[in-house]
Amino acid sequence: MWKWLHPYANPEVSYHFAGKLKPWLGLSSALLLTVGLIWALLFAPADYQQGESFRIFYIHVPSAILSMSIYLAMAIAALSSLVWQVRLADASAAALAPIGAVFTAIALLTGAAWGKPMWGTWWVWDARLTSELILLFLYLGVIALHNAFDDKQMAGKAAGILALVGVINLPIIKYSVEWWNTLHQGPTVSKLGAPAMASEMYWPFVLCFFGFALLVGAVACVRFQTEIITRNKMRPWVRNLVTSEVN
Amino acid sequence: MNPRRKKRLTIVLSVLTGLGVVSGLVLYALSQNIDLFYKPSEVHYGKEDTGLKAQIGQRLRVGGLVVPESIVRDQDSLKVSFRLADMKMPISFSEDDPMITIKYDGILPDLFREGQGIVANGTLMDGFIINASEVLAKHDENYMPKELADGAGEKHSKPSYSKEQLEGSY
Amino acid sequence: MQFDSFASFLDMGGYAFYVWLSFGASAALILLLIFSTLFSHKNARANIARQVKREQRLQQAQAQANVSESTSQ
Repeated sequence: MWKWLHPYANPEVSYHFAGKLKPWLGLSSALLLTVGLIWALLFAPADYQQGESFRIFYIHVPSAILSMSIYLAMAIAALSSLVWQVRLADASAAALAPIGAVFTAIALLTGAAWGKPMWGTWWVWDARLTSELILLFLYLGVIALHNAFDDKQMAGKAAGILALVGVINLPIIKYSVEWWNTLHQGPTVSKLGAPAMASEMYWPFVLCFFGFALLVGAVACVRFQTEIITRNKMRPWVRNLVTSEVN
Repeated sequence: MNPRRKKRLTIVLSVLTGLGVVSGLVLYALSQNIDLFYKPSEVHYGKEDTGLKAQIGQRLRVGGLVVPESIVRDQDSLKVSFRLADMKMPISFSEDDPMITIKYDGILPDLFREGQGIVANGTLMDGFIINASEVLAKHDENYMPKELADGAGEKHSKPSYSKEQLEGSY
Repeated sequence: MQFDSFASFLDMGGYAFYVWLSFGASAALILLLIFSTLFSHKNARANIARQVKREQRLQQAQAQANVSESTSQ
């Protein structure tokens, strides 16, 4: 496996690989999100209790799931950077943190705007909401540490340790609704077996979820490229690359 | 120490203290929430695990299901009172269950209805009455289109308010 | 289609404020992420290019200095 992985651990190869990947990810994300969001806003049926406010679901749930998946990916990258000293893993962890922070913020904001009319409050200090807020602080801490050091390797180490410590928060978020008496309800779509909703409500969710996930991939590719060239700015291939006009 | 190291140290320390303070506050908030959370039967007989009884005049959180046909709304203000019972599976209500009465003056959340799970914050009064300052509705994980819900005999209409009621409270 | 008219679509069954707040804030945050990502990538490339040019100029100046030094002798 290491032999097979070896060429991808080369910054130049990875840079061009990410460059090849990003238009495909971007295009398919734009396509899925256009269809998914139009479906969600115009054609999906309203909920019998929540009415049209149910449409917030189509942003809230995908971004909440992604906020946790991105953190997991970032933590795995941080671990491989700390243990096996894969320099590129560090670059990808740094690339993922701001994306995760944005999706966590979206999950929190849309949750508040949904909670106000339905529950009767913008915010409550219950386990689910609080642990998701901590996730946002973890992301901000990781971003701050990545920027705190001029030496990118030191920065990666500090941020990586924080990212790994923060992993404990992920099961807390996921199981908070079962372990504590929270105002937030249990999961609708991540249950094994059938989702707790009708199929005409479920399909637009699937499209929106993969649309957002592919968007994360596309943005991650560009940020990964940025991280690679700033970390390798003394290398001849980077110098040739930036002085030529091609991407 | 050179300034760059100093800056780096400050950032690392502030991130760490920030996270520490946040998690401390959170644990405190959660334990408060759990300590002050009572089910209607626990208001009557004391907490299940500790036997602790709520004192009259004490602030507490209660959670339970709205007892059907117990909702009384004032005609010209937002005042409302209803009874809460413990949630049990399968959902059923009987007159013998320990119940508490919630009195509230404010707009109810849109999910409020008979049989709905409710969390209320307020002060305990004599006669198992709670003067609530906040009433929150809990939702389950199920969503259903209206047509499907009609077929299953499920109905919901959000609380509506007349002009007099909305004006009467000011 | 769940809505009879454009007005009722905008009204979102009375939840207009909350629904459009959610969609608007999310769109704003995502667009901000995309543009800042593209901007910082461009910026990083430009910075390195500038540095390369500066070094090339320095090298040229040095080479010229060497040449003039050798011819004057």
